[in-house]
Amino acid sequence: MRKYFTRKILIYLLTFFLAVTIDWMIPRFMPGDPITNMLTRFSVNTNAIEVMHDYYTKNFGLDLPVWKQYLSFWSNLFQGDLGISIYLFPKPVTEVIMNAVPYDVALLLPAIVLSWLAGNHFGAFAARSKWLDNTISPLGYILTATPYMWLGILLAWFFGIILGIFPIAGAYSYSLSPTWSWQFVLDVLHHWFLPFVSLFIVQFGGWAIGMRNLIIYELESDYSHYLEALGAPRSLVRKYAFNNAILPQLTGLALQLGVIVAGALVTEVVFSYPGIGYLLLAAIQNQDYFLIQGCFLFIIIGVLLSNFIIDIVYVLFDPRTRKGMTGETA
Amino acid sequence: MNLEVENLTVYYQTLKGKVRALENATFSIADGEIMGLAGESGCGKTTLGHSLIHLVPPMKHIHGKVTLDGKVLPIAQYEEMNPYRFDEISLIPQYAMNAMNPIRKIGQMTGELLRAKKHSYKNILPEFKRRLDLVQLSHEVLNMYPIELSGGMKQRMVMVLSTLLDPLLLIADEITSALDVASQKAVSEMLVEFRDKGFCKSAIVITHDISILYQIADTIMIMYAGQLAEKGPTESIIHDPLHPYTKLLISSLPKIGAKYTEKKLMGIPGKPPLLLNPPRGCRFRKRCPAAFEKCVEVPPFVEVEKDHYVACWKVMEDYDYTR
Amino acid sequence: MNDNIKTTKKEKNRNEFLYFAFRNRKLQIGLIIILFFLILAIFGPFMTDHKIYAYANPTGPTPPNSEYWFGTTFFGQDVFTQVVHGLRSTFVVGILGGGIGTLIGIIIGFTAGYTGGVLDEILNAFTNIVLVIPTLAVLLIIAAYLDVRSLFTESVFIGLTAWPWVARAVRSQTFSLRSREFVDLARLSAVKPIKIIFSEIAPNMMSYLVMSFILQFGGAILNAATLDFIGLGPTNAISLGMVMQYAVQWGALQFGMWWWFVPPGLAITAIVGALYSMNVGLDEVFNPKLRET
Repeated sequence: MRKYFTRKILIYLLTFFLAVTIDWMIPRFMPGDPITNMLTRFSVNTNAIEVMHDYYTKNFGLDLPVWKQYLSFWSNLFQGDLGISIYLFPKPVTEVIMNAVPYDVALLLPAIVLSWLAGNHFGAFAARSKWLDNTISPLGYILTATPYMWLGILLAWFFGIILGIFPIAGAYSYSLSPTWSWQFVLDVLHHWFLPFVSLFIVQFGGWAIGMRNLIIYELESDYSHYLEALGAPRSLVRKYAFNNAILPQLTGLALQLGVIVAGALVTEVVFSYPGIGYLLLAAIQNQDYFLIQGCFLFIIIGVLLSNFIIDIVYVLFDPRTRKGMTGETA
Repeated sequence: MNLEVENLTVYYQTLKGKVRALENATFSIADGEIMGLAGESGCGKTTLGHSLIHLVPPMKHIHGKVTLDGKVLPIAQYEEMNPYRFDEISLIPQYAMNAMNPIRKIGQMTGELLRAKKHSYKNILPEFKRRLDLVQLSHEVLNMYPIELSGGMKQRMVMVLSTLLDPLLLIADEITSALDVASQKAVSEMLVEFRDKGFCKSAIVITHDISILYQIADTIMIMYAGQLAEKGPTESIIHDPLHPYTKLLISSLPKIGAKYTEKKLMGIPGKPPLLLNPPRGCRFRKRCPAAFEKCVEVPPFVEVEKDHYVACWKVMEDYDYTR
Repeated sequence: MNDNIKTTKKEKNRNEFLYFAFRNRKLQIGLIIILFFLILAIFGPFMTDHKIYAYANPTGPTPPNSEYWFGTTFFGQDVFTQVVHGLRSTFVVGILGGGIGTLIGIIIGFTAGYTGGVLDEILNAFTNIVLVIPTLAVLLIIAAYLDVRSLFTESVFIGLTAWPWVARAVRSQTFSLRSREFVDLARLSAVKPIKIIFSEIAPNMMSYLVMSFILQFGGAILNAATLDFIGLGPTNAISLGMVMQYAVQWGALQFGMWWWFVPPGLAITAIVGALYSMNVGLDEVFNPKLRET
């Protein structure tokens, strides 16, 4: 088990290092000069531009030699300083992102976990009978083939415009401001519902399909046959098959996180939901390099952390990893 | 009588049609009898063994009755058969190495299985431990996962598991096929010991290795291409076989000490028929040196000597057997 | 005589495969749907006289009618024209992006699985790293750099980030196959490794490779749709994702112009769904365990 974890941690650290480096390179390789771009938006008096340019260049540390900038980036990172946003000047990037994180977590965590649990159980259920299988499986394929944004658009149109029972923009009504009141919380939930459902449904389809295939495979295994020959009730055979089939699904979850990030981003765009994805897009459109850096970093950290958590959970579920034999090739 | 099988016919349903794997098998096994079931690959012995306890698609029950200790076994009904499985009839599978759930501790799995069958794991546990001692497995295995056991240990574990509830009939499917000779000896002797100690009343030992059967079986039944050829006491089958196929089979076995420089090792020319569209009558007649016109009719499985059954027109003729 | 046996066995296998392939419902339905859209993509643009961005309808947006089969957009552009041209982009990205991804994945997967040892460790680590990084974030940033983006570059980038899935699958299959007896036999006969890969291992993995490509095809389409939707699509062509982007940007939701956003998404769902269906069908053909008797 130690070998399993050391290997994983090494890869994560390597990935993190690589990602941070790429992240740092972002503004440096953008065409044009970030400071000039920023200043042109301020419509400043032409005389003042050069002075301001020098000032900001110094401030953002862009006059230091490149390797010094790289190291200071790392040190700033560990102090939680990600720079100042250009788009939302003068708010610090960390603050901007921290405002968006709760909405993202509230949206993504339930969507991912619930769709995984529900999809897997549903897929196992579908494998029980031919009839169920033939009706449910095609539905699963259609759901998992649906682009996230299109489902979001359809839901927004049908429930938001036509039926008018859900709002389709923002995380809360513009008339309210964030407070810990029932009215605010309910309003947030109201806004949260459609994006959540949109993310849930597409992922649900994918897990159901995957589980259905895995369960059929497990039900044909030697241990399943032996149990049947010993007269075990169907429920026990199914239970064991499910426990075995859930393992590759767990690994699959870790691998899907990148895809889910993409889906969340696009869903946030459709619903103007202020998560990190939405923020990243706005940053790109406004060429706010520091905000881009910060968002990218957060997304990477989030994905790596989730991967790590799933790895731990996997070890708890599969005794073979604990005994030295990896059940899944890492 | 312990087991009585009457005209048992089981086919395999495939896309190309029905494979007639087992045709009108009629025989019986007495209390305490270890019957060896031997024959070439594809002769139907595994089909016979499995149809008694685990008749699932693509196997299809065409007709025939199986009676165990006076009760008719509902082999064709999956759910109705469940109460009999493990309690009265049990199986040691060919795939014993992979037979246990890889992500459950062995003791835990056994407990869940027993509880699901309305038995008390706690009550059976002392006897369970005694049997583990008998096969030289430490009690620790109950707390281990299957991958922590060696192949031989898993084999012994499965043997103990399958006989835990002292079934009336134990079906052992090729349990020595994957083992080295020393382990074969140990496992075969274990089987006899189980029967002697009452862990199972009777047993069917399916194998293609007749020499093992010579050591442990009381009777041997030979099958060919889905039909029963001969059944009799071990000594008779080995030293005095009656059916032409059995004769050729026994004589083709290499003998210890014999040198084959002068006399070639005998085989049986030809191949067994495909069972999708088997020939009429006795399926061995195309390769049989003693075949004659009557052989296009299926010969009945009759008792020509005490407890010695043969399905062959020629043998019946020799014994002046009249129906 | 051995060659005779070999060819007849190969023929028998191929015939058995074709027999099952053509009978498989899922494969049939998937193929029909894909062919339908492919024909639409190829011939559709010839069926309309309208130009993609021309403001054909002076009265602005209209629902579908006999003249504008899918209606018109906010600006009076013909939606049908946009959709059929977008279909072309979809297929190009799918085949090109999917193809590149599959190719890279195969090369890396085979090499890692066959050679083993240190090279395998390095390639495996590399694969895992690319796998973990959320590719959309990277694609977003790269695409933001480029002012001019073509369909080709979009496909290339998608292929460059989607290959890890294929590499993993190919690697594990190569692993299990290379320790099989017939490969050992080839090795003992001093056959060159490349030849072994192509003549012994690859044919046994054919099914895997075909299925991987189908999945990559579908995945590339979805990835491209996502990129296009957020405005980072090709600047020299129209795509279904872009049609949806325009629709949302210009208030199709609020004004109820369903004919603007339903067809493009429906087309993508249908094509990708058909691809997944074909994938499952092929799986059933290749793995008898999953077949329905």
